Amino acid sequence: MPRLAVTRREFMRISAALGGGLLIGIQLDNRARADAADAATAAAADGMFTPNVWLTITPDDVVSIRVASSEMGQGVMTALPMLIAEELDADWDTVRAEFAPINPAYANPIFGRQQTGGSTAIRGYWRTLREAGAVGREVLLTAAAQTWGVAVESCHAERGQVSHGNSGRSLRYGALARRAAGLPVPESVFLKEPSQFTLLGRAMPRLDIPAKVDGSAGFGSDVKLPGLLTATVARCPVFGGSVGKVNDKRARSVAGVRKVVVISSGIAVVADHFWAARQGREALEIDWNPGPAARLDSATITARLAERADSGTVGRNDGDAERALASANRRLEAVYEVPYLAHACMEPMNCTADVRTDSCDIWVPTQAQTSVHQTAMRLTGLPADKVRVHTTYLGGGFGRRGEQDFVIDAIETSRAVGAPVKVLWTREDDIQHDFYRPATYNRLAAALDKQGMPVAWRHRIAGPSISQRDATARETSGSDFSATEGALNLPYAIPNILVSYARVNSAVPVGYWRSVASSQNAFITECFLDEVAAAGGKDPYALRRALLGEQARLRAVLELAAAKADWGSPAAAGRFRGIAVAESFRSYVAQVAEVSIAGGQPRVHRVVCAIDCGMTVNPDTIAAQMESAIVFGLTAALKGEISIADGRVVQSNFHDYPLLGFDECPDIEVYIVPSEADPGGVGEPGTPPIAPAVANAVFAATGNPVRRLPIRL
Amino acid sequence: MIRLLVNDQEHELTADPAMPLLWVLRDLLGLTGTKYGCGISLCGACTVLADGEPVRSCTTPLSKVSGKKITTIEGLPKDRSHPVQQAWIEEQVPQCGYCQSGQILSAVALLARKPRPSDADVDQAMSGVLCRCGTYPRIRRAIRRAASIAEKDA
Repeated sequence: MPRLAVTRREFMRISAALGGGLLIGIQLDNRARADAADAATAAAADGMFTPNVWLTITPDDVVSIRVASSEMGQGVMTALPMLIAEELDADWDTVRAEFAPINPAYANPIFGRQQTGGSTAIRGYWRTLREAGAVGREVLLTAAAQTWGVAVESCHAERGQVSHGNSGRSLRYGALARRAAGLPVPESVFLKEPSQFTLLGRAMPRLDIPAKVDGSAGFGSDVKLPGLLTATVARCPVFGGSVGKVNDKRARSVAGVRKVVVISSGIAVVADHFWAARQGREALEIDWNPGPAARLDSATITARLAERADSGTVGRNDGDAERALASANRRLEAVYEVPYLAHACMEPMNCTADVRTDSCDIWVPTQAQTSVHQTAMRLTGLPADKVRVHTTYLGGGFGRRGEQDFVIDAIETSRAVGAPVKVLWTREDDIQHDFYRPATYNRLAAALDKQGMPVAWRHRIAGPSISQRDATARETSGSDFSATEGALNLPYAIPNILVSYARVNSAVPVGYWRSVASSQNAFITECFLDEVAAAGGKDPYALRRALLGEQARLRAVLELAAAKADWGSPAAAGRFRGIAVAESFRSYVAQVAEVSIAGGQPRVHRVVCAIDCGMTVNPDTIAAQMESAIVFGLTAALKGEISIADGRVVQSNFHDYPLLGFDECPDIEVYIVPSEADPGGVGEPGTPPIAPAVANAVFAATGNPVRRLPIRL
Repeated sequence: MIRLLVNDQEHELTADPAMPLLWVLRDLLGLTGTKYGCGISLCGACTVLADGEPVRSCTTPLSKVSGKKITTIEGLPKDRSHPVQQAWIEEQVPQCGYCQSGQILSAVALLARKPRPSDADVDQAMSGVLCRCGTYPRIRRAIRRAASIAEKDA
């Protein structure tokens, strides 16, 4: 618990000023003034008020708020400032958001690092940022009281100004900034009760959208610097391969090509612009050493997974599933498989670095600033304060941009040529050199009693581990979240449950992909549950509802989605419904998909989505993230597949790794369950239920269960 | 020397005539609002207007557009007052934003040609522009809204 240092008098005073609320001691990072972190010392001298690392109020009445999470479309650049503005009682029209620099003070408390992922931005900063705003409000109240020579208890903060109750006087925050800058920061503050929120829970227009409709938003690939060169890197197409012999004579003669250098990932062609770099790369003559993975293919990988599937480590063992299965009245078995998937962010991977003997600057669309900082320190040998990380907008992230490969490319290339260099990947590089969502193989078994209710459930998973992707030892953790989440936490009241996991790593690199293991495990468990329902003669909704008796939040979203989708009445002729639920990242989501089959292809017409993510910050962003997660998951359900042949990825661009198109997008309705529970995640939880909702609708249409993605009829 | 008219500004360029317009815009003229997504006319992120028609700048050689009137996202009003920009803001369309220049210019071209497009017209005009964030439902709403804003303005 944070330290509370407050006198009774002070408590009464603050309490009166705020009209109630929760008294909290301030976290250490929020007690430190920003001048420890950056240039705020000079700022304070100019009459700016910077009570902590998060916000600055200038005499022109602008409230600048630093955003430590990366903006990759999920709306943090608006939602995080809303947390501060709420407690600051700021005038939202005066709020400006900017990306935070690299500094430990900006670490997400969940990770202890500056990192964006796992749907943690709101959950992680919920307390810290509200506190930061409350501190600002307290000091501004004091500054106003001193200005007028009145008791602070008689002052009131609202919409960016402090008013004095008796005299009707008021001062804007900007006008109070200079005096506030000279005042001490309080040791404790009150946070509002949810009933006192004026901003949180209201749909606010996103702060980043204006720059995204006029072309001015600066993405990593848009970075401009004096003397900047552009590079592209030829990589060995086979995983784990290396450069053998290179003839770069023709490449170097391409107009605009400056240098050709060997770096750890391959051969970088450095040029005046991307077109020259790309032509130069095509002119390279390279003999690759393909390495040990040269003969690897998808069939071999699947065979290895199948071979190991029964030898996993048990991660959950309720009751005695083996015995229940052995003595079952009725027993059901199935094999479920999912393929590798690429992230395919619209902005291909890129990074710009300017490495000098005594400094290193990096401009990068990254989800992992702390990792970038550490990568640069390791590669350059420079101390922490000589490495600066400048975060740009991210043209999509989905987990891909937490990796360091493109950062290493830029640092090594800049150092090799002694100039600032932007390394830009081609789309082909992006599809063929990703860290893929793991391909997994799953053996499912269930036992049904005489009433058709499931009494045992066994799920044996085999696949690569993301969290242990470099491990070579055979020991496997049965609770490795990166492979088992979404399976281990099966929410249904089944007396005997066994879940096991066998880690089977291969040369194919794997990584975190929007909603991680829940993305595949929700498909597997929710589709197998529909098989169980069919075998037991139960309605898929009714069975879920019966088995979710103890899971109030999950059951509530299930009921809401079913009601809004009219589950109880038949769908239009030729249309079929499927339903699925999933809890992930502390949020609860149910979806109903309405599907028809035409020309041997499923078409998704409508998706109804219900989410309980606890207290809401920006409801329109929650709706947008559900839409986004559904479309992302539909691509995986209907189209996505990365296959391996000769140790390399077969697919290369959007012709063979297609994304869901505009004309294929269903109508999507989103319903948010009102809640005062702690905030849950929003960026990812919408993805897991969509593949099983669609697959279950296809099962309803055809009578054949869908046991492999993408769905092929 | 190749002459190029971009957003009503004349440029004289010494460049390879085979160089794709995308890289001319981004790397020679510094107009980075137009994006690279696939390089082979599959995703539409690089869409610009040539004499009002949407073209994929990633596969359009410089030689082919000399003398044509090129409009990029930077050529829309700076105050974001174009009906499509207004509608995009009102419907809160962009997420990561990377594909949006291509989406917006495709919508601008559609509405210039068909001020009141049918759903089928919208499907046809927009289906080649991919969005990984899934802003499609909002794009559809925003195009309807832009059409009604333009009608009111007219």
